[in-house]
Amino acid sequence: MRFTRRKFLMGATTVGAGLALGPLTGPVRIALASTAPAKDPPAVLYDLTQCAGCHLCEIACQVNKGLPPEKALLSFRTGSELDGPNVPKGAWAIRRQQCMHCLDPACVAACPVAAMYKTPEGPVIYRDERCLGCRYCMNACPFNVPTFDWNSGLLDAALIRKCNFCYERQQQGKQPACIEACPTKAVIFGQRSEMLAEAKKRIAADPDRYVGKVYGEYEAGGTAFLLIAGVPFDKLALPDPGDKALPPLTRTIMGGTIPFALSWAAVLTGIYGVVQFRQKRMKQIGHGAGKEEKK
Amino acid sequence: MTNSQTLAPTLRLSPGKIILWSLLILGLVAAGIRYTKGMGAVSNMNNVYSFGLWISLDLLCGVALAAGAFTTCTVVYILGKEEYRPLVKPAVLTGFLGYLAVILALLVDVGRPERLWYMIIYQNTHSPLFEVGLCVMTYTFVLFCEFSPVFFEWLGWHKLGHFFHKLVIPFVILGTVLSTLHQSSLGMLFLMMSDKINPLWHTPFLQLFFFVSAATAGLAMVVFESTIAHKVYGMEQETPLLGKLAKAIPWMLGLLLTLKVSELIWAGDFHLLFEPGKFTWFYWIEILGGVVAPMILLAIPAIRRKQSTLFFSSLLVILGLMFNRFNIGLLTWKRPAWDTGYIPHWMEFAVSFGVIAGAILVYDFVARRMNLFSNGHGAAEGGHHHA
Repeated sequence: MRFTRRKFLMGATTVGAGLALGPLTGPVRIALASTAPAKDPPAVLYDLTQCAGCHLCEIACQVNKGLPPEKALLSFRTGSELDGPNVPKGAWAIRRQQCMHCLDPACVAACPVAAMYKTPEGPVIYRDERCLGCRYCMNACPFNVPTFDWNSGLLDAALIRKCNFCYERQQQGKQPACIEACPTKAVIFGQRSEMLAEAKKRIAADPDRYVGKVYGEYEAGGTAFLLIAGVPFDKLALPDPGDKALPPLTRTIMGGTIPFALSWAAVLTGIYGVVQFRQKRMKQIGHGAGKEEKK
Repeated sequence: MTNSQTLAPTLRLSPGKIILWSLLILGLVAAGIRYTKGMGAVSNMNNVYSFGLWISLDLLCGVALAAGAFTTCTVVYILGKEEYRPLVKPAVLTGFLGYLAVILALLVDVGRPERLWYMIIYQNTHSPLFEVGLCVMTYTFVLFCEFSPVFFEWLGWHKLGHFFHKLVIPFVILGTVLSTLHQSSLGMLFLMMSDKINPLWHTPFLQLFFFVSAATAGLAMVVFESTIAHKVYGMEQETPLLGKLAKAIPWMLGLLLTLKVSELIWAGDFHLLFEPGKFTWFYWIEILGGVVAPMILLAIPAIRRKQSTLFFSSLLVILGLMFNRFNIGLLTWKRPAWDTGYIPHWMEFAVSFGVIAGAILVYDFVARRMNLFSNGHGAAEGGHHHA
């Protein structure tokens, strides 16, 4: 088994301790959070040249989660949807889309209540019992993945939807439902290092068949969902978020919040003190002068 | 002091009030539909445009334009510029009502409003939105405390009013710190969208730009709001005082402009200013109309002395800030290929205008009943010394 009980408990304790210590230990928690996730997490290799676009993975996902199609966590982007500025009209294309399970996910850094959570094992899960429905995760996600229940009122509990990599199945030692359902082995499941090696092996073996790049190796700091294809990625409407992880952009500044607030308060108090002192002095001088004049 | 005595409480419905009440009721109806049938019933937001009108207008513009409270308080209480004291009470009230309006709009915009308080227990200290949320909640309370002496004085609770009056300096310092934090972390919200927002606007220094522009627009809002209030309530305009306050605006706009241009050069994006495209126009309009023009205008003493030109120049600062926030929050994003566009639903406008109308109605209630426009004493002092 990949996920031992000990590993899980260790991860849970570090995170639990971090949460308990609260906001004053920001820098400590940053250190914990960046070392906790597995270095070689479970991953998927999606070979688009083998994908028949049969939607069986999509159906398996819905059945497994018991969700209706409009709330599906895995969906297909097809034909007209991919007719962006870079895709010629009518060009046939299809690809599945779900959470990329970033190594350093922007949604996790964004979520104000830590409903988006990077498990110590690797999968990025969504804890709906905390979610505010603020939708910051949707906007922060470089891959435009999370979706929202637009038609749920107060009583129906509007929530975010996102693939959790079948975390509960993985903990039982099973593969994600969508992987098992694939009849063409277009998606395969394993450790990230193995999947990356397999992707590069396939590209090297048949360079004419593939675009010579693995999507997800570096994108947004690297993802656990890796994709190889015969068409350029921009023609599949896959965004190019750059090679750097996004959370460090805010994390470094957020870590300095409390020291900044305390020093700024001290500066303001200092300015107030100096101004008051000077005004008092001015008054005293003014009074002194007044008295002398009276004399 | 004499001014406030001429304002009598009135139940008479003027045309203005009828419009405000209608907007408020329309907003409440839209909110009611949203709470029963979901966001999709009142808004055109979708999975591509999941931050819509409410985030740009109510949150981004609302919070920035309510900055007048903290800038005025800092100037009067911390920098000791006593001459601006008459501006404090209305500015603090506008700030307080502005923040309340932001919170009310967010209660409509957030999917699970009943859980908003979860931010206090499930804190993610890495999240800029956590910082915004916590600061906005705390600062709204601080603004109430700053204004409370006027309120308690009106109720006749002199001891409580006096208690809050004694605490004004710590409250002002706390308020300035909280404002600095959340005005800047509103900019930080968009740091992670580095791949989406147009590089003319996106910078690793968004938090600094948000803070400087909000502090500037806050001063412009004091001019704007004071001019309108004095006109509506038939009081003598405070143009000389406002003009003197507005003297700071060109300096602050100059700082903002210098920062923006240096950043473009530093990031190697300067050439984007001359690349053809819609957003290049947006940027030039924002900078020339909302920064350069008011900077030049307000640097001219004759313009600051005249009420109409002072008002117009301040309005440019406000509109410039609003355009900036819409550009960053909504307009200049790179959207995925399956983008089907977004034009706000009329009921989205109904909610936004409803909360603003509500805030104006409360302002009017306070202005007609409490000691809001007296001269010589600030918010915290209320009517205490001259009741």
